[in-house]
Amino acid sequence: MSGAPQVALPRWVDIGLLPIINLIQALLVAGLVVLVIGVNPLDAMRIMAWGVVQDSVSISYTLYYATDFIFTGLAVAVAFHAGLFNIGGEGQAYIAGLGATLAILALDSYLPGILLIPIGLVAAVIFGAGWALVPAYLQAYRGSHIVITTIMFNFIAASLMVYVGSDILRPPGEMLPSSREFGPAAYLPHVHDVMAWLGFEMPSTPLNLSILWAAACCVFVWVFIWRTRWGYAIRAVGLSPKAAIYAGISPKRVVMMAMCLSGALAAGVALNQIMGYHHRMLLDFVAGAGFTGIAVALMGRNHPIGIVLSAILFGALYQGGAELSFEIPTVNRDMVVAMQGLVIMFSGALAYMNRPWIARLYLMLDRRAVLAEAT
Amino acid sequence: MDDLWLQAVSILSATLRMATPLVFCAMAGMFSERSGTIDIGLEGKMLAAAFAAACVAVVTGSPWIALLGAVIVGILMALLHGVACITYRGNQVVSGVAINIMAAGLTVVLGNAWFGRGGQTPDLLPDARFMPLKIPGADGAYSIPIVGPLYANVIGGHNLLVYVAFIAVPVGWWVLYHTRFGLRLRAVGEDPKVVDTAGISVAWLRYRAVIIAGTLCGFAGTYLAIAQNAGFSPQMTAGRGFIALAAMVFGKWRPWPAMFACLLFGFLDAIAIRLQGVTFPGIGQVPVEAIQALPYILTVVLLAGFVGRAMAPHALGQPYVKER
Repeated sequence: MSGAPQVALPRWVDIGLLPIINLIQALLVAGLVVLVIGVNPLDAMRIMAWGVVQDSVSISYTLYYATDFIFTGLAVAVAFHAGLFNIGGEGQAYIAGLGATLAILALDSYLPGILLIPIGLVAAVIFGAGWALVPAYLQAYRGSHIVITTIMFNFIAASLMVYVGSDILRPPGEMLPSSREFGPAAYLPHVHDVMAWLGFEMPSTPLNLSILWAAACCVFVWVFIWRTRWGYAIRAVGLSPKAAIYAGISPKRVVMMAMCLSGALAAGVALNQIMGYHHRMLLDFVAGAGFTGIAVALMGRNHPIGIVLSAILFGALYQGGAELSFEIPTVNRDMVVAMQGLVIMFSGALAYMNRPWIARLYLMLDRRAVLAEAT
Repeated sequence: MDDLWLQAVSILSATLRMATPLVFCAMAGMFSERSGTIDIGLEGKMLAAAFAAACVAVVTGSPWIALLGAVIVGILMALLHGVACITYRGNQVVSGVAINIMAAGLTVVLGNAWFGRGGQTPDLLPDARFMPLKIPGADGAYSIPIVGPLYANVIGGHNLLVYVAFIAVPVGWWVLYHTRFGLRLRAVGEDPKVVDTAGISVAWLRYRAVIIAGTLCGFAGTYLAIAQNAGFSPQMTAGRGFIALAAMVFGKWRPWPAMFACLLFGFLDAIAIRLQGVTFPGIGQVPVEAIQALPYILTVVLLAGFVGRAMAPHALGQPYVKER
């Protein structure tokens, strides 16, 4: 292994073949687990696949889940480009929900939706970015490690939300920590409502217009990272902070900028869940999407297109997993969580396990092709 | 007055019980990180071990075999971390996150499939658990004022694993600072090249460190599942692995300070419930959530260098590549 050739592979191997191999490896291990608990993995796969594609409801649910994962996947990816590992997407999205809630609770009886929804979004973005900014500042200027601080900030966010939800915002008569329901003006329109307005019949699902914001975020991240000087600075710092200094880039400011953007992207979860679906603040609405984002970013190779594809894949796993646990109760929904862990392990931590043998295989085939051409 | 003292004794006793899993995990993290391998996966290893302990205890009815099973699972998880970080030089934080998420998912899936209670394991009888030990003279001690309750409830009245945890600290300290293995372990965390030049295998040293970490997480999980509680319930570690990580950082990667940090965090845990609704003079009511978040806030403040300076092992997080 120590003598493994670190050759440059063509792009399609790195961004296409390797993620697929990682996915297959994760699926194989997951299949093994399913086998251990006495269920035929092929049956499980079939039920899951059918559970995703059977009708427009299941597809809408898949996209609804995927929307969250696009936000958190982009959030993790932008930080990765700056060489930072933001484990705090969960907390940032959570606090963003608080921002949206506070803004809407203050204004929903005065303003129409056309103003209220953008204000809610801006509040979410500011809160999400703000929650990421503190660990960023501490990393850049005080030298504390961003991984540890963002983990700590996830827990601090959780405590804060329990406190706010139970002691401050909880309406009288409500048992669980939450806020009151928003006025209808603050509801982000559902896709089926918009379709009905356009004259198409669609069954009612939680899928809402936050998916457009997700698409906008993807385009923005692509332009920002690869087509602006700020994105260049982020990538330069991510590749080599020392070299970046010689290029006149301040790594400290880049850390602040990248984390700010990361938190702002994670805030999209609040748009989807709070303003698009629950229409009130409640506990744990992020539901692990911040961690799914890590798997999504790793598999999507930190590129918006890859992130969209892997977010849809994980959305499908959530939807199919729900269907599977309904059909075969022995297989719990948390199988999807295990699957995320496996994907992170194979495509993240064990990334260098596959590369050498694939490189060797590729070189072998390539040489044969060259020889064949020569003769 | 006497009543107040009894209350203080009960808080002290609860502090020790709350701190026990933290102490195990903080020592685990310390061994791993002093060798240069970041251990974000304490939570996952402890959770998997807790699940293993509960399952084995249900099947065999023996806490000792359960402990063995938990330690084996802890070591297996640690070896996975080792393979990813030491052999394949993967990102150590990513690997730890993967271990946490895998453990969170797999324990529920397997538990639900085997016991059909949504991930919970059946309740264990006292025979299958580590129960509080009777120390000699504890019953009689109650009649002695002040010292009596202290002796019966703080020194005595705990299960075996509580004592093991607090013995693990001096043992860990001795191993780390007074054995050849400990010296090399610390050296490999500071500068692996030097150790390599001396002809000692960097990888094997680091593997031994993560195996020790896995073993200690096994003890922590066993304590949670079959000593403190009578079975496994989903996500029962509830962030303790991260609090332990915080305690280890708070203790600046050293055994005694880390233990005191664990005791501090255990104390906060023990008083959080008791302080609900209590009004402090001059401050007013402190929400329970604020006390629960205090370990995390304190760690952030410490790491930011506002209270002394926390120096991590120099080579922490860097995979070692032998020169060719």
